[in-house]
Amino acid sequence: MRNQLSVVSNSQMTNSFRPEIRNAQSLEEIRVVEKPRSLFDKLYGEDVVRKAFILIALAFVWEAYGRWLNNDLLFPTFGATITAFAKGVANGVLPGRAWGSIRVLLMGYAAGVILAAMLTGLAIASRIGRDFLETMTSMFNPLPAIALLPLALIWFGLGNGSLVFVLVHSVTWAIALNTHAGFLSVSKTLKMVGRNYGLGGPAFIMKILIPAAFPSILTGLKIGWAFAWRTLIAAELVFGVSSGSGGLGWFIFENKNMLDIPNVFAGLLTVILIGLVVENLIFRIIEQRTINRWGVHS
Amino acid sequence: MDRDEPLLKVSGVTLQYKTTSHIVTATYRVGFEMLKSDRFVLLGPSGCGKSTLQKAVGGYITPTEGEMRLKGKLITKPGPDRMMVFQEFDQLLPWKTVQQNVAFALEAAKKMPKREAADRAGHYVEMVGLSKFSNSYPHMLSGGMKQRVAIARGMAMEPDILLMDEPFAALDALTRRKMQDELLSLWDKTRFTVMFVTHSIAEAIKIGNRILLLSPHPGRVQAELNSATTPEDVAHLERQIHEMLFSEAAPEAAHA
Repeated sequence: MRNQLSVVSNSQMTNSFRPEIRNAQSLEEIRVVEKPRSLFDKLYGEDVVRKAFILIALAFVWEAYGRWLNNDLLFPTFGATITAFAKGVANGVLPGRAWGSIRVLLMGYAAGVILAAMLTGLAIASRIGRDFLETMTSMFNPLPAIALLPLALIWFGLGNGSLVFVLVHSVTWAIALNTHAGFLSVSKTLKMVGRNYGLGGPAFIMKILIPAAFPSILTGLKIGWAFAWRTLIAAELVFGVSSGSGGLGWFIFENKNMLDIPNVFAGLLTVILIGLVVENLIFRIIEQRTINRWGVHS
Repeated sequence: MDRDEPLLKVSGVTLQYKTTSHIVTATYRVGFEMLKSDRFVLLGPSGCGKSTLQKAVGGYITPTEGEMRLKGKLITKPGPDRMMVFQEFDQLLPWKTVQQNVAFALEAAKKMPKREAADRAGHYVEMVGLSKFSNSYPHMLSGGMKQRVAIARGMAMEPDILLMDEPFAALDALTRRKMQDELLSLWDKTRFTVMFVTHSIAEAIKIGNRILLLSPHPGRVQAELNSATTPEDVAHLERQIHEMLFSEAAPEAAHA
């Protein structure tokens, strides 16, 4: 049409002719309008604020119900629980018990991680290793770790040994399963890139496979942690770790026997708090430093 | 090395791969020679085994017949003397920045000291025009930028041959044209040897100085042509290749 322009006389220009437009809008005309969001809007956008609000609301409901029930043996108020918690922290009982639990947990967790690493290493190295891992995980993963406690008590007696044994069982399979799945899902291209660099064997696993499968590995570590924490508290309810200085589970059980229910609640609160700290602080930070920064998600 | 001595000599190479039910022959007795500073293009329709052939040169597939020699040495496994640039955008290590991606290749494959690797990586990142992004992670880059990093990584290794497997196929048309121009200007600077796989006739003529035309099912050498530069020659060559590809393809299509 533009070529025909010269041929078409002015009078013939009907409304079908449209002039070309170039740079119609100069930059000055476009005003960038920025409007600050309202305070409420900004606060509501924050995860932490919304969740804190829910927690405060729950505390109010708890307090109200406790006062209405007025029976410390069945359901102590929020205030009574916090008082018991503060007293427990101040006299050093609660931190001591918590440390007792965490120490055993870390031992079991570390042993479980090492075992899982060895199993997945074998599974990568050979076909039979893979079959072994798959058979073992499908057998033992559905078996609740706590069900092994009676057996562990016979083998290792009353003590840390039994606890570590059930912890290893609860941690290993979850981590091995996820790590193995992660290794299998590493993209073919990345594996070819690794081999292009001339990497092989352990160097290939350390420098290519593990970082590439890290989202899955981290998921495994998180699930393993949650399993281990639950298993430990449950196991401790059955018996104290060693006489006099048991863990949190034993603390809860002891206080229930003495009908000191606010202390039972304080013990439960500690279990919850530790779980929250590990999930939302430790694992969150690891996530932000790794998979969020790399833009990879499982 | 003598100037006329081929850098890569592929002779009588038959490649086969297994599917669950069949053994498929990808290429049948393919032979060609590449000289230093060649821009050698493998061109053909899908199913002509051009990518498989390049993967074999890369060392990922062992030929069932024939042999491939790089500087007289038999190719048996992948190695950093033949750097691959893949079509896929996920070929960069997502846990490393642009700079680290290039440097890591040097450290891992050439056992280069960290400092030296970083220097050389910086140089090549600058060469592909990504200095501003050297501390960005791959997921923050566009497709074209990712491919540029992969090219920088390949070139930084200063391999005997750079193997490029349809590196621009997943890019939009405008970016692809720009990348082709950039690749040629990079070649002008360092005169690296590159083997380039494509199914686009226009791209083959633009990128290559020598074109190996493969026919499909299984891949055989149909022609080995010199590329053209003047517009008339380009048009002529393009028509010629077109005819060769489609006169062959028509009866085969009827069978299928």
